[in-house]
Amino acid sequence: MDVAIAIVTGTVIAATPLLFAAMGELVVERSGVLNLGIEGMMLIGAVTAFSLSFAGYPAPVAVLAAVAAGAASSLLFGVLALTLLANQYAAGIALAILGGGLSGFLGRNFGAAPIEPVGPIHVPVLSEVPIIGPVLFGYDPMVYLALVLFGAVWWVLYRTRAGLVIRIIGENPQAAHDIGYKVIPIRYATVVFGGAMAGLGGAYLALAYTPLWVENMTSGRGWIALALVVFASWRPLRVLLGALLFGGVNILQFHAQSQGIGVPSEFLSALPYLATILVLVLISRNRRMQKVNFPASLAKPFRPGH
Amino acid sequence: MGKDPRGQGAFLAAAAAGCAGGAMTPRLELRGISKTFPGVVANDDVSLRVMPGEIHAVLGENGAGKSTLMKIIYGAMAADRGEIFWDGEPVRIPSPAAARQLGVGMVYQHFSLFESVSVAENIAVAVDEPFDLPALSARVRELSQRYGLPLDPGRLLGHLSVGERQRVEIVRCLLQHPRLLILDEPTSVLTPQAVKRLFETLRVVAAEGCSLLYISHKLEEIRALCDNATVLRRGAVAGGADPKVASSAELAALMTGAALPETRREPARPEPAPRLEVRSLNVTSEDPFGVPLRDVSFAVHPGEIVGIAGVSGNGQTELAALLSGERTVPDKDAIRLDGEPAAHLDAGARRDRGLAFVPEDRLGRGVVPLMSLRENAILTAHRLGMVRRGMLRRFKANAYAREVIERFNVRCTGAAATARSLSGGNLQKYIVGREIALSPRVLVVSQPTWGLDVAAAAAIRQALIDLSRRSAAVLVISEELDELFEICDRILVIYEGRLSASRERGETNVEEIGLLMAGMGADPGAGMGWVAGQAMNAGEAANAGVGST
Repeated sequence: MDVAIAIVTGTVIAATPLLFAAMGELVVERSGVLNLGIEGMMLIGAVTAFSLSFAGYPAPVAVLAAVAAGAASSLLFGVLALTLLANQYAAGIALAILGGGLSGFLGRNFGAAPIEPVGPIHVPVLSEVPIIGPVLFGYDPMVYLALVLFGAVWWVLYRTRAGLVIRIIGENPQAAHDIGYKVIPIRYATVVFGGAMAGLGGAYLALAYTPLWVENMTSGRGWIALALVVFASWRPLRVLLGALLFGGVNILQFHAQSQGIGVPSEFLSALPYLATILVLVLISRNRRMQKVNFPASLAKPFRPGH
Repeated sequence: MGKDPRGQGAFLAAAAAGCAGGAMTPRLELRGISKTFPGVVANDDVSLRVMPGEIHAVLGENGAGKSTLMKIIYGAMAADRGEIFWDGEPVRIPSPAAARQLGVGMVYQHFSLFESVSVAENIAVAVDEPFDLPALSARVRELSQRYGLPLDPGRLLGHLSVGERQRVEIVRCLLQHPRLLILDEPTSVLTPQAVKRLFETLRVVAAEGCSLLYISHKLEEIRALCDNATVLRRGAVAGGADPKVASSAELAALMTGAALPETRREPARPEPAPRLEVRSLNVTSEDPFGVPLRDVSFAVHPGEIVGIAGVSGNGQTELAALLSGERTVPDKDAIRLDGEPAAHLDAGARRDRGLAFVPEDRLGRGVVPLMSLRENAILTAHRLGMVRRGMLRRFKANAYAREVIERFNVRCTGAAATARSLSGGNLQKYIVGREIALSPRVLVVSQPTWGLDVAAAAAIRQALIDLSRRSAAVLVISEELDELFEICDRILVIYEGRLSASRERGETNVEEIGLLMAGMGADPGAGMGWVAGQAMNAGEAANAGVGST
């Protein structure tokens, strides 16, 4: 029983950083922009959060700083891709590399210094209930934040004018411009939102998931978030399922490793990545579905006026 | 304000102030609008006035400056010089939002609609009011009934036909109670019957006091609908006219500065053996919003031109891709060239067997925009020995390009000019010429004169006729019914992926083809090929037509 509860809670926790980053990128891509730099923005968020926490600032301040740092780094991408109309693939990859290098440089003195981790909440009575207590009320606040943000993104995208405008700009920026929408500022807003969400994901890794600084501690989660968005056919619910799948396999392989089964640990560590990609590829085989939700202008530079 | 401004007689568009309607203030008046792009004067001192409730035509060839002028009125572009008066007051219109604020609505020729969202959502993004889809849907239903424009607000736009999409655009404008509605070539996507219905709607709108600016190059439509006309030629006002009185020839002369060119044709003498044959072709579309082809069968014989009519989005794109070899099908016999199975062959192999193809999309598919005409010649004419042991023979390519330029009167700076630098008409002349100079055994042409001026279109049509009379089999897929009647020997109609039986040009008329284009023809088509089915009863035919055009 305890093992089962540990697996469920572990799954949710492992899914959380992915959910932050992928929901951010979902909004960015829905507006027709492809920011490949999630990995870099997550690392910048992580090193920012860690260093502030290390310096003794309370966790909320560290998290907010990580959000700001992620947003600022995405702004760099925005200027390159939206104002200077640089190739979005190249600009995004540059950001990913920059984030990796910059965070490694900034974090070079942290060594294996410990910080005070963000701990689980404690709801009187409810958290004490067996099974339900730990499974529903035993997480740190950022897990709940991720779920709230997930719901908010879904609601904004599908129930509000702002979300509708983001989606139509992703499909056809020229037509959106013709009926009077300011495509570039709106795309800036989504890009910055994506950066902020990636920063949150990074902060979660550094403050709650492994409260230690390790260089490249995202270990490819930014790229997985990117793949999640594509293979989830740009649909929020599938992003959530994909993130939970990744988290689940990740926790299962940890347990398998600790049981010492006769499989190389490197293979087990790679398993969550493999499983996530494989399952998502299988669900996204339906090409028509893929095309209906595909933001048709994705990664194409747009210049208003002609 | 007057009760029936259309009774006020002819206001000559560019005429001096103080003519018959002096008592009324024009809804919109332009004075001396000029706009220059690098190298082109798009609008040169254009003045016009539109009275309340007037349907005013702006007539001109492609490239005459109509679209630029409308964009200036709609605030999508700023004029270099000139003044705009609205209800007699000078105004500045810096953005489309400002234009909408004044009460200007615009129905673009290329719809500003979004396929991945619903009809109601498409409308919601363009109206400046609180976001409430259920309430909006109710209003859309009500309004669409009032004006005879049936629409289902909940449907995904991508699943709508082109005619229905246009209704969305029009309803979207009408919802905002416009005082001036601009329609840019609204009938280019409609069947003749749908055009009539649209005109009825527009007359109701005008009778309610809304002014209409109707942009077109189709003279008969303007004569049927409009109260006044301003004719533009090369950016300047060539004159005004009362379209109810002026003849088409007079309007055409104003528009082109010359008489309408006519095509010459001898009677067709098709050979008995078909050269291109399509048999029971069934294919699903690769595009989620595309149209599957169902049981398509037809044949084209050497020495004739066969036309495929249809409103766009009824399977023409899919058919063109299958004929050119962009898409192949495993059933070899579905398409035959010279009696040999060819449906499994790719585009190159089909060209080796004498098929040539002119795609609808000129820049990007017809030519590589940034390459020179010479290099673009190599793309399809390399079969004529322009490549030896993997090396290009530039002299040969150059000679070929120059021959095409000369023979088809392509205006350009020479064979080294980039394809992109040519105007639409000259580029199309070059592309069609490049294919014709290959002396193809079969030529498939998609939308041969789309967006071209009258002279270039006439030259291309003549070239197609001449090619067929040299015993090539020519297939033309076009949305322009007038064009098909001008050049084709036989006409078939494609509707929702099905092809009607073929009709000799002399034995049919625009009315009959128009009904088939709306899916209401006497024969259900349904791949019957030459054996026209008679089974469909009248009631069924009428049902099939409701709301489907």
